[in-house]
Amino acid sequence: MQQPNKLTPFFENINFERDDNTMVINFGPQHPSAHGQLRLVLELEGEKVVKAYPDIGYLHRGVEKMAENMMYNEFLPTTDRLDYIASTANNYAYALAVEKLLGVEVPRRAQVIRTMLLELNRIISHLFFIATHALDVGAMSVFLYAFREREYAMDLMEEYCGARLTHSSIRIGGVPLDLPKDWISNLISFCDKVEYELEHTYNALLQENRIWKMRLEDVGVLSAEDAISWGCSGIMLRGSGVKYDIRKEEPYELYSELDFDIPVSDRGDSYGRYRLYMAEIEQSIKIIRQLIPMYKDTKPQLMAHAPEYISAPKEQIMTQNYSLMQHFVLVTQGMRPPVGEVYVPTESPKGELGFFIRSEGEPYAYRVKVRAPSFYHTGLLQEILVGTYIADVVTIIGSTNIVFGEVDR
Amino acid sequence: MRQYRPKDNVQKKAYHTDRFYQVPTQPRFEVQEGSHFDDVVKALGDLCKEAYVSLNQLVVYIDATTNKETLTLLRDECAYAQCSELSAIDYLAQDGEFEIFYQLLNLSNASRMRVKCRIKPEQAIESVVDVYKSANFAEREMYDMFGIYVNNHPYLKRILMPEDWQGHPLLKTYPLQGDEFASWYEVDKIFGKEYRDIIGPENRDPARIDRYDTKRFSRVGYEVPFGADISEGEKPNPIEYSETVLVDYNKSSKQLDEKR
Repeated sequence: MQQPNKLTPFFENINFERDDNTMVINFGPQHPSAHGQLRLVLELEGEKVVKAYPDIGYLHRGVEKMAENMMYNEFLPTTDRLDYIASTANNYAYALAVEKLLGVEVPRRAQVIRTMLLELNRIISHLFFIATHALDVGAMSVFLYAFREREYAMDLMEEYCGARLTHSSIRIGGVPLDLPKDWISNLISFCDKVEYELEHTYNALLQENRIWKMRLEDVGVLSAEDAISWGCSGIMLRGSGVKYDIRKEEPYELYSELDFDIPVSDRGDSYGRYRLYMAEIEQSIKIIRQLIPMYKDTKPQLMAHAPEYISAPKEQIMTQNYSLMQHFVLVTQGMRPPVGEVYVPTESPKGELGFFIRSEGEPYAYRVKVRAPSFYHTGLLQEILVGTYIADVVTIIGSTNIVFGEVDR
Repeated sequence: MRQYRPKDNVQKKAYHTDRFYQVPTQPRFEVQEGSHFDDVVKALGDLCKEAYVSLNQLVVYIDATTNKETLTLLRDECAYAQCSELSAIDYLAQDGEFEIFYQLLNLSNASRMRVKCRIKPEQAIESVVDVYKSANFAEREMYDMFGIYVNNHPYLKRILMPEDWQGHPLLKTYPLQGDEFASWYEVDKIFGKEYRDIIGPENRDPARIDRYDTKRFSRVGYEVPFGADISEGEKPNPIEYSETVLVDYNKSSKQLDEKR
């Protein structure tokens, strides 16, 4: 029996010691394999999980509340802190939602740069997944190799926007900067490098590895009906045999012009999902290679021309009085989008990342709802973990690829 | 006299709005005859009170009591198999109501729609967990953030905030910095309410920055001994910005003249 006092309060009616064969264990919130602050209360019968209860909220910062108290441009850097593994994807999802609300057309060069950055971030995120997932399962060396390549990708991001993790590399209406001088050639060599390593290191280490297959095959099997009903998206959905990628089905940015495949697996288990991550890295490289010639054909305009909502380029602000006045109003008062609401889904590396924005014509959004893929994947844990063994719990959590900045917001 | 601030919406407001500023409105389109959305509206029949298309997504207003019936119908007959989002908007200040929206996705033809309904704060909404399992977490979040009770939810409990929290953070009446309860939460929980006076507001926040604290913070521009008392008066700081921050724009690689 628990003895509650002020320092050890009574703990949510959980009876850790039971008379029968079952045992309740507390997994996290400080667990190295929980990918952040996830607390799982697991009820075990022998080594089998009979009940799982994911408890979240340890990283809750009130991002949606902050969005209601910030101007639209002010909020953009905060979106970095959602899915901090691939922050450009968050910046982009938010910027796209606001652009849809404003009805702003983004110039083509900005579109090319954005798509490049999104795919680069997808590679960063997937490499991170491979690294941590392998580490959770017990393959230490993959972690080191994958982090080495991820470091090169982050160097590219740093060269472009100056930040490695919290990029803020996309603005509402375009991108802030053109690509630096040798960036494209560095990007090409990075793509070559990742392609080579993918084949010779990751696949060689993992794909046919006996231990890896034993740990992943038929672990965390998710049926297509369950995946749809639980609101799964991204690889969690495609890993269960549902071919749905927002980039393909509801194309945004330049994805309708690009040639790429959507890998699907009908296995529904962790191994199938792992294979999809590897295949998506390949597809991302393919997309980036197609974007490079596209970049050269574009005009140098980087931000949309919409003086009501978006400041003029810096040169114009410095030389023309009206642009300066407009810029001053936009910085101090903020843009006022039309009254209305918008929900825009994008395919982030984790799944469907959408922003619902309700605007009342004020410089502050009336309601911002972040539809985070990881939030729904965490909800899924209470069903998918039941019936599995305690040793597979970490594999399944790793396989859902949840990031807690996004779950708790 | 102190300026009056409305209590029903304490969120940040625009400090200045032009007298003649006309707020534009997002265009709404009627549901086109023969389109997929037309079939959906026809399938809903009397359940649908109002329907329009906005940004290629169908928006349907329904009665709050028919939410489960509507969503079951949409899932089974119109193939809206996934509920990708569910939450509420607080219109208590204007209309005394919450607006609840369900964002649905049809995977077979990639169309999205939003089902909306309004409830009064004393009303509860029926749970749709039986229809969409994703509503399990989403409804808990809605309860946590807005205090909207959900009937027949399997496990309606706070999800993001601590179990013993008071108040619902996303209400417009809830200030961004939190209320009285929020600011004393840790003190009350660890030491008890009677320790509020002993600890005091200056010690309750471990992240609080004291400008005269020379133990945890260094001074920019000049140095003082560790722990020195500088509350009497700070030395004026001759350097406004540290030199590393200053950028010489004439020497940077990106010159404005080049682009011309």
